[in-house]
Amino acid sequence: MSNLFNIDIVNPEQSFLSKDNVFEVVIPAVEGEIGILKDHIPIISFLKPGIIKVFSESEEQSFYVEDGIVEFKDNTLSVLTSSIFDLKDADKNFVSESISSAEAELSKDNIDDQKRFLLNHKVEVLKSISIN
Amino acid sequence: MPSLDDLRKRITSVKSTQKITKAMKMVAAAKLRKAQENAEKGRPYSEKMNNVILNLSKSITDKENAPKLLVGTGEEKVHLCIVLTADRGLCGGFNTNIIKKAKTYFEKIISEYKTLKIITVGSKGYDQLKRQYKSYIVENISFKESKNINYFDADKVGKIIIEKFEKNEFDVCAIFYNKFKNVITQIPQEQQIVPLNEDKDDKDDSGNDNDYEFEPDEDEILSNLLPKNISTQIFKAMLENSASEQGSRMTAMDNATRNAGELVDRLTIEYNRSRQAAITKELIEIISGAESL
Repeated sequence: MSNLFNIDIVNPEQSFLSKDNVFEVVIPAVEGEIGILKDHIPIISFLKPGIIKVFSESEEQSFYVEDGIVEFKDNTLSVLTSSIFDLKDADKNFVSESISSAEAELSKDNIDDQKRFLLNHKVEVLKSISIN
Repeated sequence: MPSLDDLRKRITSVKSTQKITKAMKMVAAAKLRKAQENAEKGRPYSEKMNNVILNLSKSITDKENAPKLLVGTGEEKVHLCIVLTADRGLCGGFNTNIIKKAKTYFEKIISEYKTLKIITVGSKGYDQLKRQYKSYIVENISFKESKNINYFDADKVGKIIIEKFEKNEFDVCAIFYNKFKNVITQIPQEQQIVPLNEDKDDKDDSGNDNDYEFEPDEDEILSNLLPKNISTQIFKAMLENSASEQGSRMTAMDNATRNAGELVDRLTIEYNRSRQAAITKELIEIISGAESL
């Protein structure tokens, strides 16, 4: 029996990625990374800034997402996100801009702990991208 | 009776108008294709978003404490209306149809002595509404600078709505836009986005309720998701609107080109007739002059 399932990544403008031959996807859910294999129980969660890793038979792809919602149901993983890009064509300028805007946001006083945590995390992830 | 010279001038002027409308029609046709593609590409996102919310709201047991964006504030005194129109005219009944639809709604609200607040998106809507409803318009947004419809703009509108909701500035929110059916038909739509109305036709699949695992819990996901949904709905409306606008403009300009053609034909006949009449008149004068000799 095959251990493959479907993935659909959509953003508001278009369908970003659609595959039916993936065997594992790692998503940065808000309470920690989740690895999803076939026949995972239905789950809904939302994302924190991080890297989505998609393992298919032929290749491995990584995407940076800022936020979004994931739903897994009937062996289809749907990812709804408004900001996503492939790590392969990451734009150095864009990454460094995002880092500095996130850091500027961090330096404000009026943010709560949860937001501070998310922003810190975002900076971390973005920095790890720009090093590679 | 206009002179020959007047007629000639009118014919040239109608002809050049025809050229413009023809060009506008072709531009609209090209833009329409792109807008339609965009609208189709954007559909999966809003559909999936709807699905997720539907699944979530089914699994919410504690209706009392459910997020207010979903169930409403329990009152419906203040209505906020978002009227989405185009920034440019010359597109047939496109803007007027939305305004008409919105006005009937406004009148209903006013006659029920409820408070009305209006946000207009797109300058044409503001122009048409400010005459009658100036005091109700709280905000006027226009995206003239952005060439393409993008999610970022829709998100801006969404954020304004959320902000107003959190400040308890309204209880019910509805958006008005044109739904693109085909090039000739655009249907003005009224859609309530706060509180969220469940689509009745989606209810038939309620039998297979999935036991979802939620991380974190339902409430938190919902309160995170609902603001996004508003932006998504607005984005969807904007996409539909832009396709409708181009379609409507194309039809309007096609009609205008045809009418201009008919007008040119009629004017040409009139021109030829009066020219012939002048020639005949001169001939008669010459002949009768020669006879009298």
